[in-house]
Amino acid sequence: MTDLLTASSLDAFYGDFQALFGVNFRISEGESVALIGANGAGKSTFLKVLTGLLPVPGQSLTFDGTDLTQHPAHEIAKLGIAMSPEGRRLFPSLSVRENLLLGATVAREGPWNLQAVEDLFPILTEKANTPSTLLSGGQQQMVAIGRALMANPKILLLDEVSLGLAPVIIRDIYSALPRIRENGTSVILVEQDIGQAVAVSDRLYCLQEGRISLEGPSATLDRADISAAYFGRKKEHA
Amino acid sequence: MEWINAILQGILLGGLYALFAAGLSLMFGIMRFVNLAHGDFIIAAAFLTLVFVDLTGLSPLWAIVPIVPAMMVAGYIGQRVVLNRLSGKDLLPSILVTFGLSVILQNLMLETFSADSRRVSAGALDTAAIPLGGGLAVGVIPLLLFVSAIAVIALLNWIFAHTAVGRQLRATSDDPETVSLMGINKKHLFAIAMSLASGVVALAGVLLAVKTNFDPAAGPVRLLFAFEAVIIGGLGSLWGTLAGGVILGVAQGLGAKIDPGMQILAGHIVFLIILVLRPQGLFPKQRG
Ligand SMILES: Nc1ncnc2c1ncn2[C@@H]1O[C@H](COP(=O)(O)OP(=O)(O)OP(=O)(O)O)[C@@H](O)[C@H]1O
Ligand SMILES: [Mg+2]
Repeated sequence: MTDLLTASSLDAFYGDFQALFGVNFRISEGESVALIGANGAGKSTFLKVLTGLLPVPGQSLTFDGTDLTQHPAHEIAKLGIAMSPEGRRLFPSLSVRENLLLGATVAREGPWNLQAVEDLFPILTEKANTPSTLLSGGQQQMVAIGRALMANPKILLLDEVSLGLAPVIIRDIYSALPRIRENGTSVILVEQDIGQAVAVSDRLYCLQEGRISLEGPSATLDRADISAAYFGRKKEHA
Repeated sequence: MEWINAILQGILLGGLYALFAAGLSLMFGIMRFVNLAHGDFIIAAAFLTLVFVDLTGLSPLWAIVPIVPAMMVAGYIGQRVVLNRLSGKDLLPSILVTFGLSVILQNLMLETFSADSRRVSAGALDTAAIPLGGGLAVGVIPLLLFVSAIAVIALLNWIFAHTAVGRQLRATSDDPETVSLMGINKKHLFAIAMSLASGVVALAGVLLAVKTNFDPAAGPVRLLFAFEAVIIGGLGSLWGTLAGGVILGVAQGLGAKIDPGMQILAGHIVFLIILVLRPQGLFPKQRG
């Protein structure tokens, strides 16, 4: 399979602070890739780079034949990268349905529309006119994912969708993943729970202090290696 | 009966203040942008009305037809070319730049039109009034102002509630970073907001020209009334802004009734009382 998105020795900075160091990353069409790592490892930063929220001028980042570093965030969204951001970031002045509709602003062709998203998460039909702030955490997460799907993205980025949710709710949300991938959508997911990450991904990257510390097929990676890469050697011996 | 009349005239005057304030409220609500030149732009629109009447000999109300669209276009371009560079987390650059703009505009108008106080006549409309019985009457022009204010606020609210652009504007006001993930170009959207605000400014300027005297230095006072109306009403609610304008207008009307010198002061006093008792304003935007 050809790569849909590739980053080569990518550095990223917040002002003077360097958050990513020489990251090599690739994902192909239809693939599901997990990104794990401790707090502050740089996972969200990497997703911000992919969506253009954190510009990386002069770096090597290609998506579908396009140099992403040349495009601001709103153009990258139109090219087909959508994200359910960390903390969900729903729009509080908008109802659930309005939040979903806003996701369709890019007007890309594809299987996802209001009907399809509400079929995927039926509770959103019932809550359509509710302000998004009045939803439970799990429902808010569904809106955030649905809003990203409304863009009919080629790559869907999911940043910590399970954060703060009860196990049953997490299961509900992850049970939507096969239907999302059915249409060939690639998925990059950031997940704290290593077991969950391994279970739902084809390949896995581990970030440690801004560097890729491990990469490989999720099914065959050794759990001890993952733990070592996740926590770093220092902590392993401590 | 005189008191009731004072209240009635105050309410109608409040419509004009609400128009002043609506533009300011839009800019601040969506872009977190404080435009200290707001009042001067209103006065500039009033002078443009004067020029229009001089050139065409038509009734000043016709000035709405060219001036409102022209200022909407100018607002869009001004935001795209200049003001977008200023909007960010920090309020200070926009305050400094628009303060400078205010001084420049006032001096330009002074150079062009002299310091004389001007007024534009709408002919017979100037004195036309509708009798309400019992010695009460409402002037056609004040009524027209009030109805325009309601129409403008209703239209803006409708745009916000029921159109895709309105949805995008509300979302941008909530979280300008996350809207870019939805493929929305914040700069374009800010320019649309500025364009809407400029349209309201233009309308307010034309109506001001018909309603009262104005001179090149009259802008800052309009800005002050606009600020007061916005704060009284509560940030983020345009109907609140209308209520704020009306409260200010009524306070001024009653103040003038007590003593003509009290008109402006009474407005400020009511503003201060409300600011102390209810700093969030009477109808702040509900969140969640
Ligand atoms: N806006 C910012 N400005 C400056 N530094 C930042 C900013 N956002 C994140 N950082 C820093 O960049 C590093 C990586 O942060 P990032 O949010 O990418 O971590 P993460 O892997 O997503 O962690 P978490 O699991 O806590 O979400 C951290 O050291 C963090 O403090
Ligand atoms: Mg994170």
